[in-house]
Amino acid sequence: MGKKILMKGNEAIGEAAIRAGCLNYFAYPITPQSEVAEYLAKRMPEVGGVFVQGESEVAVGYMIFGASGAGARVFTTSSSPGVSLMSEAISYIAGAECPAVFVNIIRGGPGLGGILPSQGDYFQATKGGGHGDYHMLVMAPASVQEAVEMVMLAFPLAEKYRNPVMILGDGLIGQMMEPVEFPDDLRTEPTNKDSWATSGMKSRGSSKRNLVKSLYLDPTQLNDHNLNLKSKYDQMKAEEVRYERYNTDGEYKILIVSFGTMSRVCRTAIDLLKEEGIEVGMIRPQTVFPFPDAPIRDAAVKESCKAVISIEMNMGQMVEDVERCVKGQRPVHWYGKCGGDVPTPEEIMEVIKERL
Amino acid sequence: MAKTFKKPEALSDAHTHYCPGCTHGVIHRLVAEAIDELGLRDMTVGIAPVGCAVLAYNYFTCDFQEAAHGRAPAMATGIKRVRPDLIVFTYQGDGDLASIGMGEIIHAANRGEKFTAIFVNNAVYGMTGGQMAPTTMPGQRTTTSPAGRDVTATGMPIRMAELLSTLKTPSYIARQAVLRPKYITKAKKAIKKAFQYQMENRCFTFVEVVSTCPTNWGMSPLESVEWAEKTLLPYYPLGEFKTPEQEEQDAA
Repeated sequence: MGKKILMKGNEAIGEAAIRAGCLNYFAYPITPQSEVAEYLAKRMPEVGGVFVQGESEVAVGYMIFGASGAGARVFTTSSSPGVSLMSEAISYIAGAECPAVFVNIIRGGPGLGGILPSQGDYFQATKGGGHGDYHMLVMAPASVQEAVEMVMLAFPLAEKYRNPVMILGDGLIGQMMEPVEFPDDLRTEPTNKDSWATSGMKSRGSSKRNLVKSLYLDPTQLNDHNLNLKSKYDQMKAEEVRYERYNTDGEYKILIVSFGTMSRVCRTAIDLLKEEGIEVGMIRPQTVFPFPDAPIRDAAVKESCKAVISIEMNMGQMVEDVERCVKGQRPVHWYGKCGGDVPTPEEIMEVIKERL
Repeated sequence: MAKTFKKPEALSDAHTHYCPGCTHGVIHRLVAEAIDELGLRDMTVGIAPVGCAVLAYNYFTCDFQEAAHGRAPAMATGIKRVRPDLIVFTYQGDGDLASIGMGEIIHAANRGEKFTAIFVNNAVYGMTGGQMAPTTMPGQRTTTSPAGRDVTATGMPIRMAELLSTLKTPSYIARQAVLRPKYITKAKKAIKKAFQYQMENRCFTFVEVVSTCPTNWGMSPLESVEWAEKTLLPYYPLGEFKTPEQEEQDAA
């Protein structure tokens, strides 16, 4: 580990990508994540990297696709409306099986929405966003330190699965300053992409040309292609689920499921309730796709547990996944707010007490 | 006996899917000849558009990527920025480049991205079945302008070569045709020049190629050539609109 420094989330995310060995960044400015582009406009030239400000998020999505298809480690950052525009490219990238990293520092929606923190893009990130049958591997950090680690992990994971990986943060993760360390051991070398990337036959010493595409006009071939993609998503479900438990060792009456910034508020509420003698457990998904199905189900059906509450900075999105996991064995409730009015620990305590 | 004429190495043996009388095959060949003659095949990445040439990658033997509709210039930007040592070209039709991809082509040209765009202008959407394109001529009948293009409602056809020539950064912008052998020779020269400038690390290079679409024009191949000469060429004049040499002369 390096030494601890105080950094703004957005800048730390930019630095983490460089430390992870990604020296190619294409982006378009949008609040609340423009600091990543500003930071990298200065940093990339210092490290001999590529910085390009595209003319739109649509174009940036395809710059990422082209660069990734040519075999480079590449990433971009954006916020909700910008990610909507990139979603077309994300579908193509998933279809063409290229590794790329997208960071979404979510702001309130729909439409232009607002610029304050939100978790309203949960569906977009985990259920598609673009067209067709595809998934991204999606990690949701709850601190600047975790954002750094997830960004660094994202590149080898994208390459392992030849699939886009998304870091799903919210405005707070991007804007707040926290002490961070950049773990040296998370730096990885890009994998060998000679078997598929359009890196030029000469430079890979091959007489076989490579083709990066998502078009399969033959229905059987397209079905086979989709089965192949599905097998990757199944593998992610088997190998990449990451989550954190909080106060689940003993007995608890209520189980909270919450991710990102929201989970930190829930943690405080759980600590305060403990002082009042009320035990509440929490599962915090660190990957929201793949979702921690089994851990949530197991924690929900614990004998002491009477109900489950999904607490999110949106109008109830992850709650659908929680219901799917709990399979009707316990009542599943939702509480949330959006627009940037982050629920306080006191509000969460009230919500929990209503369900006791 | 000595072989005096052969298929370029950069072209594959795939059977064509293009319609009889279509000029895409000729343009593919010109690009392949240029790639062969300059010895670029093993360091070239082509980008196929969405449109009739979506399967262009079946006919070339170099690395290829397939873009979404209109986005080839953004993909070329991505490739060329991370791998400046590669030779990159896009191959795009008029719906792809001049309609849905207008933003991408203008900005790639203006940033001076060091790739070559081959722009096939046949005044109509081909693959989707002959709809009106930004390049469709006034009065020209298409499936979405059944009474002929009404310019009071749809504007005049866009002249891409001229439009891009208003930008300061691009180094080479030309328009040629493939209607008859005399035009084909010049088109070949322009395409080869564009690749040569790219090899010299010059900014954005662009060759518009006026071509035909007998199927969607509802004409025989011969009638198509005659119609294109009579109708398209007066509005889409051939020649070089921007060359590095001219630029240097003007600067001096």
